[in-house]
Amino acid sequence: MPEIAINKDKCKGCFLCVSVCPQGFIIAEDELNIRGIKPVKFKPGGKCTGCAMCALICPDCCIEVYR
Amino acid sequence: MDKIYAHPKSLRDVSTHYCPGCGHGLAHRLITEVVDELGIREKVIGVAPVGCAVVAYEYWDFDCSEAAHGRALAVATGIKRVRPENIVFTYQGDGDLAAIGTNETIHAANRGENLSVFFINNAVYGMTGGQMAPTTLLNQKTSTTPDGRCAQLQGFPLKISEMLALLPGVKYIERVSLHSPQEIIKTKKAMKKALINQMEGIGFSLVEILSPCPTYWGLSPKPALDWIKNTMVKEFPLGVIK
Repeated sequence: MPEIAINKDKCKGCFLCVSVCPQGFIIAEDELNIRGIKPVKFKPGGKCTGCAMCALICPDCCIEVYR
Repeated sequence: MDKIYAHPKSLRDVSTHYCPGCGHGLAHRLITEVVDELGIREKVIGVAPVGCAVVAYEYWDFDCSEAAHGRALAVATGIKRVRPENIVFTYQGDGDLAAIGTNETIHAANRGENLSVFFINNAVYGMTGGQMAPTTLLNQKTSTTPDGRCAQLQGFPLKISEMLALLPGVKYIERVSLHSPQEIIKTKKAMKKALINQMEGIGFSLVEILSPCPTYWGLSPKPALDWIKNTMVKEFPLGVIK
């Protein structure tokens, strides 16, 4: 099953990936990262389709996609 | 399982100093993806501007130079003429290319230098605190136009791409945007074309990229992308200009 890997410590919390995920499976993390902001995480139990739109729009290159 | 979207090899794995949602990070990444795909990492030389992207060479893992404010195309001209076998591009913001560097830009284009130019248009001066840029839209509020840009006082948004398209030395100009995944794919295609034009000796190519500056537009990252789509594109229409 496709999946994404998020580099949470590089994430700046702009949430652009959240806005483009067609499944709505990228959500805010509950805990802060080393920057002191809430990064994103993949919703537990969500089924990624591997469309890679999140990786395409991430301005900080924090997301890698496996399919 | 295959990795279908990986960190580009030409992009250093470091955090950038850009604000959350800034278009510079995206544009940097697209350039490195194109460089990797064309296999020109050992041949390419980037010229960084003065502006928010002044330390772009800290993020690109290939040869780079830095130019005085606005003079990137003059420096790039020198590099390309001395080392014609290298692929030379400049990366400039609107303050750099369309304000202090208008002179260098117009004359490099008029000479038809075989260079690729990536022009980041975010309609504001980012590094110095959100002042009005030549490309600021009418009625757009900035720190030096608190009531909005007024045509009578500050003139009209400068359409440098349309101006340069009149010059016979210019071979390719396209205006693209970063406001959606579809437009990002088009941006990458345009960047690739600009570099291929140089490799084939076709001549001066410029890609104008409408890019978000959430901090100085006073918007969150997603509304900043919507602002490009709904407002900025009306003033700066997308597509191939020449």
